[in-house]
Amino acid sequence: MSLKQKLLLDSKNAEEAAERRFYTIGLVLSIVLTVASFASVMTGLLPHGWALPALALLALAQIVVHLRIFLHIDLTRQKREDLQLLLFTILLLGMMAFGTLWIMADLEARMM
Amino acid sequence: MSEQNVHPGMNLGYDGGEEEAEVKIFGFWAFVMSDLVTFGLVFAIFGTMAGSTAGGPGPEEVTDLTSVAIQTVLLLGSSFGFSWASLSMKYHPKSRWRTLGWLAVAATSALGFLVLEVVDFHHWTTIGAVPQRSGYLSALWALVGLHGLHVAGGLIWMAAMTGQILVFGLTDDIKSRVTRMGLYWHFLDVVWVGIFSMVFLAGVA
Repeated sequence: MSLKQKLLLDSKNAEEAAERRFYTIGLVLSIVLTVASFASVMTGLLPHGWALPALALLALAQIVVHLRIFLHIDLTRQKREDLQLLLFTILLLGMMAFGTLWIMADLEARMM
Repeated sequence: MSEQNVHPGMNLGYDGGEEEAEVKIFGFWAFVMSDLVTFGLVFAIFGTMAGSTAGGPGPEEVTDLTSVAIQTVLLLGSSFGFSWASLSMKYHPKSRWRTLGWLAVAATSALGFLVLEVVDFHHWTTIGAVPQRSGYLSALWALVGLHGLHVAGGLIWMAAMTGQILVFGLTDDIKSRVTRMGLYWHFLDVVWVGIFSMVFLAGVA
């Protein structure tokens, strides 16, 4: 038994090896984006006011990576229903969450 | 339909099984999306409360970035471990221990995440950062606590799946269930990306 087999790391065929590569790419991208997020705050290299937009962009990028790689959302036909469900939920959530923030911020401004 | 395009872990033995399993997975997506709405609205409440510390402990006091970074790594590792459990289930259905081994990796990693989170919660209570102190802290506990509860629920679910695999083996039904659990598990990692960037990092930026 080879070391790879002992560690449960051997691949059965090329297809499994390809899927593993895919997940590993996802892991590496996630780590890079996470490190970039923490670095943008902890190093203080970014000019003042740039940290928040940078964090939002990095989080969005990482969420897309997770959806594509770990949750298998793509543009092929059999995934289209999953994607439509996701986009419709984001639309509803966007209206509710953005509306909440807008209304409450407006109220706060008027109370000042 | 090539195997690459079906959900991971779906290498079912009988004709028609794939389609039935896909319908169940779509139904589970609907549940996950309703959960996303719940999390999204709690995020929105947190957004309205972000500055409302009422003179109590604020983001600077409650955020321990080292702990958050380790938690992030543990949860990502757990998600990745679950992916490899799915691949083991798909390509090596004869050896249940291989799948169980990777599930154990995922569970241990997530347990470490929860332990660190509880240590943080305990630290918050000792510095007076309790939910009733301010609007900011109520929203913080609600959001981070809701995610933690989901992870704890996921661990119970993983224990149940481990028991089912031990008793029944990797049958088509079990594979379909583990695949749905995978959706839930990866979804929780997506929510955590939002929490560590928008709550903890943005709080001290």
